[in-house]
Amino acid sequence: MLKLENVSKVFNRGTINEKRAINGLSLHLAPGDFVTVIGGNGAGKSTMLNLISGTLAADSGSILLDGVQLQKLPEHLRAKFLGRVFQDPMMGTAADMGIEENLAMAYRRGKKRGLSWGITAAEREEYHRRLASLGLGLEDRMKSKVGLLSGGQRQALTLLMATLQKPKLLLLDEHTAALDPKTAAKVLELTGEIVGLDKLTTLMVTHNMRDAIRMGNRLIMMHEGRIIADIAGEKKMGLHVSDLMEMFEKASGGEFANDRMLLG
Amino acid sequence: MSTFAAFFSSMGTAVQGAASQGVLWGVMTLGLYITYKVLDFADLTVDGSFALGGAVSATLIVGGMDPFLTLIAALLAGMLAGAATGLLHTKLQIPGILAGILTMIALYSINIRIIGAANVPLLGEKTVITAITDTLPIGKNWAAILIGTIVAGAVIAALYWFFGTEIGCAIRATGSNERMVRALGGSTDQLKIIGLALGNGLVALSGGLVAQSQGYGDVGMGTGTIVIGLASIIIGEVIFGAGGNFARRLLSVVLGSVVYRVIIAMVLRLGLKSTDLKLLTAVIVALALSIPVLRRDKDLRVYGIVLLAGAVLYLLLVNAAAALAPGNATLLFAARFAALGATAAGFGTIWLTGRRKMAAILKR
Ligand SMILES: Nc1ncnc2c1ncn2[C@@H]1O[C@H](COP(=O)(O)OP(=O)(O)O)[C@@H](O)[C@H]1O
Ligand SMILES: [Mg+2]
Repeated sequence: MLKLENVSKVFNRGTINEKRAINGLSLHLAPGDFVTVIGGNGAGKSTMLNLISGTLAADSGSILLDGVQLQKLPEHLRAKFLGRVFQDPMMGTAADMGIEENLAMAYRRGKKRGLSWGITAAEREEYHRRLASLGLGLEDRMKSKVGLLSGGQRQALTLLMATLQKPKLLLLDEHTAALDPKTAAKVLELTGEIVGLDKLTTLMVTHNMRDAIRMGNRLIMMHEGRIIADIAGEKKMGLHVSDLMEMFEKASGGEFANDRMLLG
Repeated sequence: MSTFAAFFSSMGTAVQGAASQGVLWGVMTLGLYITYKVLDFADLTVDGSFALGGAVSATLIVGGMDPFLTLIAALLAGMLAGAATGLLHTKLQIPGILAGILTMIALYSINIRIIGAANVPLLGEKTVITAITDTLPIGKNWAAILIGTIVAGAVIAALYWFFGTEIGCAIRATGSNERMVRALGGSTDQLKIIGLALGNGLVALSGGLVAQSQGYGDVGMGTGTIVIGLASIIIGEVIFGAGGNFARRLLSVVLGSVVYRVIIAMVLRLGLKSTDLKLLTAVIVALALSIPVLRRDKDLRVYGIVLLAGAVLYLLLVNAAAALAPGNATLLFAARFAALGATAAGFGTIWLTGRRKMAAILKR
C-alpha cells in the first residue's frame, strides 16, 4: 500500500552544513502493517515521516500510497490519506479553539470545506462518545479550550483527531516522548487500541526500544537516512533490547554509547 | 452661565461627534480584528485599503452612483487589496509585514489614480448621511451614529455566521495553528487569502463610510489606521474583556473604537495638539503590547508611573499657563519645560536608584 522507492533528501545542499538526511531509502508497507521505527538521534526518522506527509519535499524518488503519487501533491491534499500525531503536544491541536471545534476540524480532514455550519448536533454526539472512549473525562469538557489541557490530554485528543476519519496511513512521530512515563504509557495504550480496532496501517517512531518490540507486527531500524534492519512477525516477537543494541552498534561502529536510544 | 456648564455642553457635542466617528471607524476595527486577532497577521495593508474605500466611494458618488451602492464597491475594492497582500505573502512567500507594506504603498498611487487628485470633496453630493438627515429629523452626528450602528451590527452578525461555518472555523484554526490545519487538509494559503480579503474589505467599507460622513475622500485619510485599530481593539479588550463568545468579542471591538474616539476628544479638549494624537496613540499601543513583558517584570511599572505622571503634569501645567496668561509664550514654554524636566528627573531618579529598589520604595 505504501511504497517508498529510492527516496532521498539533502538539507542545505552545497553548503558546509550539507546533510544527507534520507539516503536512497526504500520501504514497502502491506495493508494493516503496524511498523515501529527506531534509530539514533538524527537518523532521519522524522524526515522520512515529513517526506511522506509533504511537510518536506523529497529531492528524488517516489512515494506511492495505494497507487497515488504522493510526492506530486501539496501537504494539505496528502492530508486526505494521512493521520498524524507529532512529538510536540502543541503541534497537533489549535489551543485557542474548543475541544469539539478541534474535533470538527479533524472530522473534515480530506473533505471540501464550505459554508455549512462548522459543527453539527449529530457530530457532537459522536465526539462525546469517542471522547468518552479515551477515558480521560474530556467528554464533559467539550467546549473547553484545548490550551487548558495537559500535554497528555492533548496528545490523546490529537490521536483521536488523527483517526476520526479513518486514515489510509497513520504517522506517529515520537508522540509520547514529551510526556511523563505514566501519561506516555496511557497514550501508548490508547494508540494500540485505536490502531487495533480499525486495523490501521501505521508508522510509529519511538525512542523506546521495549515499546518498539512490544508493539506492532514489524520493526525497522534507521541509520544515516537508510533502513538498516527490518524485522517482522515471529522474529520480531523474539527480539530483545540487547539484540537491537548489538545490531545498532555493528551498523554505527561504536558511536552508540552516548546515544539516547540507550535509555529505551 | 458658568464656564463649567459651557464646558460640559460643548463636551456633550464633542462626545456625540466622537461616538459617531467611533462606530464608523468601528467597522474598520472589525476588519483589523479579523486579520490581527483571528488570523494572527499584522496586516499593514489597512492604511491603504481604508483610503481606498474612501477614494472609491467618494469618486463614485461624484460620478452619480447611489451612495449606498458605492459602499459595496468600496467593500469589493478592499477585498481585492487584501487578496493582493495574501497572494504576495502565500504564493510569493514575502513576509507578512512586508507584503502588507507593498500593497499599502501601491495603493497610494492607485488611490490617486482613482480620485484623479489628492482628494475629492463631496460638497452638495448625496451621501448616506444626507440620505438620512433628509428623511429623519436628526442631525449629522446622529445620522452617522445610526448608519454606523446598522452597518456595524450587520457586519457583526455576518461575521458571527461566517466564522461558525466550515471555512470560517478553518480560518480561525489557521490563526491558531497553521501546521495543524495543513495536517487536517486545509489550504492555509487559501484560508489566509480569504481572511485578508474579508478584513480589508471591511476596512475599505469603513473608509467609504468615513469619507461620506466627513464630506470628502482623501489619499491620506488612512494614515495610522492600523495603530488606531489596534488601540481600539486593546481598549475594547481591557474594558469589556477579551473572552466570551465571538459576537460579544466583536461588539467589544466596536465599543473599544467608540471609547477610543471619546478619549481622543477629551484629551484634545484638555489641550493636546491634534497633530500629537498619533504619537499618543502609538505610545498607548506600545504600552498595551508590552503588557506581557510588564507582567513578567513588575518593577518595570515604575517607568510607566513616571511616564503617566509626566503626561498628566504636562497637560495640567500647559493648561494652567494658557488659562492664567493666554498668549504668553514665555509662560507656556516655562510650563512645558517644567513638565518635561520633572519627567526627566523622574526617569533619572529611577536610573540612579535602580528600578527594583524604586519599586520597593513605592510599595512601602
Ligand atoms: N529542516 C532541516 N534543516 C536542516 N537539517 C535538518 C532539518 N531537519 C532535519 N535535519 C537534519 O537531518 C537529519 C535527520 O533529522 P531527523 O529526521 O529529524 O532525525 P530523527 O527524527 O531520526 O532524530 C539530522 O541530522 C538533522 O539535523
Ligand atoms: Mg525526530
